[in-house]
Amino acid sequence: MKDQIFEIIKAAIDELNEELEYDELKDVTPETAIFGGESGIDSLSLVRLVVDVEAGVSEAFDTEVTLANEKAMSSRNSPYRNVAAFTDFVLACLKDAS
Amino acid sequence: MNTMLITGTRKGIGRYLVDYYIERGYRVVGCSRSAPDFEIENYQHHELDVADEKAVAKMVRAVAKEHGGIDVLLNNAGIASMNHFLLTPLRTVEQVFATNVFGTFNFCREVSKVMAKRKYGRIVNFATVAAPLKLEGEAAYAASKAAVANLTQVIAKELADFNITVNAVGPTPVATDLIRGVSDDKINDLIGLQSVKRMGEYRDISNVVDFLIQPESDFVTGQVIYLGGVS
Repeated sequence: MKDQIFEIIKAAIDELNEELEYDELKDVTPETAIFGGESGIDSLSLVRLVVDVEAGVSEAFDTEVTLANEKAMSSRNSPYRNVAAFTDFVLACLKDAS
Repeated sequence: MNTMLITGTRKGIGRYLVDYYIERGYRVVGCSRSAPDFEIENYQHHELDVADEKAVAKMVRAVAKEHGGIDVLLNNAGIASMNHFLLTPLRTVEQVFATNVFGTFNFCREVSKVMAKRKYGRIVNFATVAAPLKLEGEAAYAASKAAVANLTQVIAKELADFNITVNAVGPTPVATDLIRGVSDDKINDLIGLQSVKRMGEYRDISNVVDFLIQPESDFVTGQVIYLGGVS
């Protein structure tokens, strides 16, 4: 399941980066920074990414998740900081939803 | 064919808007808590409670998937409570806010996600003249619609970069079930507070909605347009 979530996130980043064309997003790995800090995408792009991942998760697992819940907002370490953290966050949300 | 999602379509203004926009070439998807007593070509119905976050997300995703997107959202679903506030149970206030505020919030958020992907969308929420007129006996209803007006103005700013406009129309009383229990005297008093002293009609609402949803209105967002000259 985790691998599948990683692929969903990777595909969403790839699609987003077709427009953004950021070098650091060209080869997505678990360490790829997403949002916050010195590198990564802006808040509008983050919204688009989150929306795409929600849609991908819904399609793949037939479960509706909202990836901007209180947990995301209160997490000391943002789940959007990199791909690995985002993958874990999506997995946790999916477990909560099922 | 453009796709329009309207909430609260089983009766009243919502039911009227279904016919009105299907006649104008839209594919309309509607919803209400119970099944409608009509079937129309190019109309699909979903049964759900607008305050049910998961059900709303599921419906919106299904509509977007089937029709390739959503062009227009009309957040029409609403309930009223008319009572002296000293005689209003909290449960009533919760129900009014659940439908009017949380329902509007849920649909705005989920549909915006779909609209953001195509960088186009028109959202019209439903306010009321009861809020700016501060009508006695409508504390819960007016407060909930004041929340809708403010929600509209804030999310209009947040969605502007996605080329999604968010506005609201604020109807005067229109002869629907919503005001069935209100006495004629009270309605006449209310009409007396309007600049144009007549009962509202369905066409007054669709007229404003027409303006707000047209593609040329891309420079109009965050506005609450009250009918009857109320401001």
